[in-house]
Amino acid sequence: MNCDEGSEVPMFGKESSQKNCAALESILVEYLDGRARPADRHAVEQHLSQCAACRLRAEEFRAIFGVLDDLPAVAPSPAFDASLRARIAAEPAPRSFWQWLPSPRLAFAVTALVVLSVWLSSTPRVTTSPVVASQPSPLNQVSAESDFGMIRDLPVLENFDVVSKFDALSELPASPAAPAEEVKKETR
Amino acid sequence: MARTDVQLMLDVKAGDEQSFELLLRKYRTPLVNFLFRMVRDTAVAEDLAQEVFLRVYRARQEYAPSAKFTTWMFRIATNLALNSVRDNRHRKLEISMDQPVDMGEEEQRPLEVPDRTPSVEQDLVARCRADMILKAIHSLPEKQRAAVLLHKYQELDYDEIARVLECSESALKSLLFRAYETLRVELAPLVSPTVRVDRVPAGRSGQPV
Repeated sequence: MNCDEGSEVPMFGKESSQKNCAALESILVEYLDGRARPADRHAVEQHLSQCAACRLRAEEFRAIFGVLDDLPAVAPSPAFDASLRARIAAEPAPRSFWQWLPSPRLAFAVTALVVLSVWLSSTPRVTTSPVVASQPSPLNQVSAESDFGMIRDLPVLENFDVVSKFDALSELPASPAAPAEEVKKETR
Repeated sequence: MARTDVQLMLDVKAGDEQSFELLLRKYRTPLVNFLFRMVRDTAVAEDLAQEVFLRVYRARQEYAPSAKFTTWMFRIATNLALNSVRDNRHRKLEISMDQPVDMGEEEQRPLEVPDRTPSVEQDLVARCRADMILKAIHSLPEKQRAAVLLHKYQELDYDEIARVLECSESALKSLLFRAYETLRVELAPLVSPTVRVDRVPAGRSGQPV
């Protein structure tokens, strides 16, 4: 037997008297505490007026409700609140969003580490092979090593006289695309 | 206008400690009573009631008013009580295996009956009556016990109790009927003679299922 809210069709009283006695189980408590729907209440009352056994049981249930009312309430001990406050005070404070952030020192260290690793990973590997470095091919001229060499020799390169008399510059290829591919092969 | 429990809890979530105090004052006694009647030990009941408030306080940041506050709170309380009862039963079983001596009634603070009776004799009768009722309630299976306590003493709605006990409303009504049927038999001596009928109806054992 289900209790469909809103439906005014009584769920009790449609069956034969014997079946109603069994069906009373699911509606009796609700009827006695006054929460049964009007349609069900009317059906229960009709059944109780015809069935002495169910009427007696309903009376006994009602009497038990009254007996249960005699159970006295206990009061919490005077120390209840103080004890609870102590337990709450002992709780670790909840961490806010900002507290989840690391300390400034740690944040700086992590940031520095990340920047360093990104910089190192983006920098092409420097080949230290003396054989490769000594070869005067165009590959070496555009390699990372030569870039570092240029930076190192910047004061010299800024000297117009030196640069203008530097024959190697005239040997550079017109398009850097082809040598760049070869550089990749070389670095592998 | 008084704030609802849900509003109070939302204020607690927003950091208002005073609202938590209001919830504590409102539900401290009902919770202690519910738990005492579940576990029949005042010290354990108080400890569990504090644990309920502590869990409510801990969960304040995640609180979402998806159900009534009382449903949520009594669900926590019921789960804690059921765990405590089961743990206690297990512990008692271990003790009885080690020490097969009848320990008698469990130690507990005597039930404090309000002093409304004029004589010592009436006071004694009231205490005996209260003790019998408490024993009868405690003799119910845990789920039936919780259902009766939430229905009779906390007066929660059927849908609320069903949610607390995680069962359907129809299952709850059946549970309540069986519980009251047992209590009807157990507490028959306390029923006034005009109502009492000293018999168990045919087809009904009076034992909880």
